[in-house]
Amino acid sequence: MRPSGAEPPRRRRDWRTIILFLAPALVMFGLLVLTPIVVAAYASFFNWNGFGTPTNFIGLDNFRRLIADEIFLGDLERTLLLIALSVAVQLPVALALAMLLNQPLRGRRVYRMLFFAPYVLSEVVTAILFTMIFSPNQGLANHVTRLIGLGDLGAVWLADTSTVMYSVFLVISWKYFGFHTILYLAGRQGIPAELHEAAALDGAGPWHAFRYVTLPLLGPTIRVSVFLSILGTIQLFDMVWVLTGGGPIRASETLAITMFQEGFKRFHVGYASAISMVIFLLSLLFGLLYQRFVLRRDLQGAITTMGDQR
Amino acid sequence: MRRVRSTALHLTSIAVGAAIVVPIVFGVLGGFKDNGQLFNSPFGLPDPWILGNYTDVLGSEMFWRQMGNSFGVALATTALVVIVAAMAAFVFARYSFPGREGVFTLFAVGLMFPFAVAILPLFVLLRSMGLLDNPLGVILPQAAFGLPVTIIILRSFFRSIPAEVEESAVLDGCSPFGFFWRILLPMARPAIATVSVLAIVGSWNNFLLPLIVFNDSEWWTLPLGVRQFQTQYSTDTARVLAYVTLAMVPSLAFYAIAERHLISGLTSGLGKG
Repeated sequence: MRPSGAEPPRRRRDWRTIILFLAPALVMFGLLVLTPIVVAAYASFFNWNGFGTPTNFIGLDNFRRLIADEIFLGDLERTLLLIALSVAVQLPVALALAMLLNQPLRGRRVYRMLFFAPYVLSEVVTAILFTMIFSPNQGLANHVTRLIGLGDLGAVWLADTSTVMYSVFLVISWKYFGFHTILYLAGRQGIPAELHEAAALDGAGPWHAFRYVTLPLLGPTIRVSVFLSILGTIQLFDMVWVLTGGGPIRASETLAITMFQEGFKRFHVGYASAISMVIFLLSLLFGLLYQRFVLRRDLQGAITTMGDQR
Repeated sequence: MRRVRSTALHLTSIAVGAAIVVPIVFGVLGGFKDNGQLFNSPFGLPDPWILGNYTDVLGSEMFWRQMGNSFGVALATTALVVIVAAMAAFVFARYSFPGREGVFTLFAVGLMFPFAVAILPLFVLLRSMGLLDNPLGVILPQAAFGLPVTIIILRSFFRSIPAEVEESAVLDGCSPFGFFWRILLPMARPAIATVSVLAIVGSWNNFLLPLIVFNDSEWWTLPLGVRQFQTQYSTDTARVLAYVTLAMVPSLAFYAIAERHLISGLTSGLGKG
């Protein structure tokens, strides 16, 4: 885990080199990443249409409005639903498939390559493809459900407020499960073979070997994969924007979509900035807490203090 | 028993593989059909095969321009982020100075900053800098947001290069820049390939930023173009499928070549330190 490199002896501090080499990254990051976030924080206290400088200071009003806004509360609820589905369904399936691909199986390389392929497609292309697949008349999905005897059960998919989120989840899973499978597979292959041999000698069957050897040793990988999945869900935009535009009747809006609608369509930039801040704080808070309580014991920090060892 | 188990494994793999392949094949074949055929047999082979949808797209100037724009933006973003991040990672990996971990942590926390948070003020900023409808308006922010992951991966690679290499280079009269440029970067070629692949894929697939920066269709990248095409021809499913399929080709081709780098980047870069 620890990079094998040694700290090079650097007796005198060469400030000129340090500053020269660090400056471009600092300027870019500061100007284009940090500044906009600070500006969003500032703008969230104003009633501002995005033109000129914000002058109409309204304190926490935007946030007060948010917690009474049904759409925003719905966004949070839908985010939680997607997180729950991902953690309870998508990731376990990905794990099972990783275990499967770890078996001596002919064509294993091909399967691995196949499962991971959707990850490189853009969310836009994936979403459009699935819009066609879910299309009630010409789509593939309804032909499949008819074929396996479910009749017209799924006739609506993206068009019904009660099924749209599950359809979205299906597409997200299609695109991303392979990514998690690859992570798990890499983790599994990092477990020394001796451990499983020893377990087998002690009479452990496949299930016990998985439960008491593989699973605990995969802990760090699983925790990172859960982390990335949740973070990705909090920030979800492209996929849903193209699949549904947040509809029908705003039933699939995410935080980022509501932000986009308010900011770029209705020019409520102050209010939209408040939503940005919620996305930001949720990501940051979740990231730091997760890092602090879940990831800390695994490695020398995966995200915030990655490889921090002096 | 063994055979049963192995058959079950195969069947599961094939089923999952089919779940991946079928939607893609649906798109590819759908492009060869007309809408009547799509309605009657979404599964079957086209009969007759209709080439018009594909040839129309391939013959349209818009499609090639979008492809070119996507290429240009991806290459420029990647070159910029890799050079700038490599310089910073070099300092983080091989110099010690007060505040180093603090600054590094700032970058690392940036991993958690989504585009969505910054997009509104970024839009205002780019507008005031006159960078709307300018490829730099996409390239610069993309590179900036790509810095964290690139710096993290490169730093851990630079650290793994033994100090002796640098010492002997310095003894031979190598300046810090000379060491960085002529020795460290060439040695880091595998890591650079990895971060480049991540940057290219990220840029190629980016949607939100080009969506707000490029109003003028002259600058549109493929994701914007595909999206626009879908809205424009919403009733002509077969034609949209042809466009989507052709838009997938570069990604899948690139994946076939760079799969190894992509996987090593994702597993080593994000998974571990």
